[in-house]
Amino acid sequence: MSSESHGPSDLAHHFDSYEQQKESATLGMWTFLVTEILFFGGLFAAYSLYRSLYPEAFRAASHSLDIRLGAFNTAVLIGSSLTMALAVRGGQTGKPKTTFAMLLGTLLLGSTFLAVKAVEYADKFTHHHVPGPSFHFEGPDAPHAQLFFSLYFGMTGLHALHMVIGAAILAFMLRPALRGAWTPRNHNFLEGFGLYWHFVDLVWIFLFPLLYLIGRHH
Amino acid sequence: MAHPETSASSSAHAPHVMPLSTYFLVFAALMVGTAATVGAAYVDLGWANNAVALAIAIAKATLVVLYFMHVKENTRLIPAVIFSGLFMLLILFVNLLADYGTRGWLGVEGR
Repeated sequence: MSSESHGPSDLAHHFDSYEQQKESATLGMWTFLVTEILFFGGLFAAYSLYRSLYPEAFRAASHSLDIRLGAFNTAVLIGSSLTMALAVRGGQTGKPKTTFAMLLGTLLLGSTFLAVKAVEYADKFTHHHVPGPSFHFEGPDAPHAQLFFSLYFGMTGLHALHMVIGAAILAFMLRPALRGAWTPRNHNFLEGFGLYWHFVDLVWIFLFPLLYLIGRHH
Repeated sequence: MAHPETSASSSAHAPHVMPLSTYFLVFAALMVGTAATVGAAYVDLGWANNAVALAIAIAKATLVVLYFMHVKENTRLIPAVIFSGLFMLLILFVNLLADYGTRGWLGVEGR
């Protein structure tokens, strides 16, 4: 095997082929994502339980969220998933400039999402909708509305933390992208990060209707 | 096991690439799904409001997993891993809700 022609990062010595190397990377990433599913799953389970126990409080509290900001952020995040997928495609087809531009687009859209989230959080603080000693809610069953807001901050906060980590990694991927670090034969890091970013999008796809859209027809 | 040289020089040089149109179609479908979720939330469907919201979310998630995350192109090992995780999640939900759902049955104070 002419291992001198491509660097040690191209095909690691313990793999027989590029296919095997790619499959291992994909399998490893998905194993991590399965633990992430269960990590978020615990919060989704708590949400389902308390919403079934206190439907009135959850409905009233959900109505205090801004549906336009939530829908806007959903669109922004789906857009960032598209740019991420195109960045990975740039790696598959050996186009460093495409990968760079699409990663930059993903970073900008991700930052937009976080900025909107910051506006929403600030609004919660001014209206005393943050769980704690100064919590105040005008609707029925305020104690359990506080439970909704605890879950709201817990779930969107954990989601936002994943976005912050993702954005930080993205920032460090821009230079290697431009250098052409990811090739059609080996773009496993790029692909793996793409899986992570899409997973974060998946979580939001469920969070948006569950948190923002409860009983809106009332 | 195939010799590295032979396997590396074959199909590994040209991974299967989905056409750009697939990505844009999936993106458009996800946007339509988002609009549909918001629209459906304002229509009184009774208990079905939750079911519709979840069905749309699951459909959107499936599109992301199959196309953006390339699971359609992976070997079947990857769906097996994903479903093992979802199965654990199902156990979590079933046991939790079975616990809380049956607590009144014994007629014991506080249970």
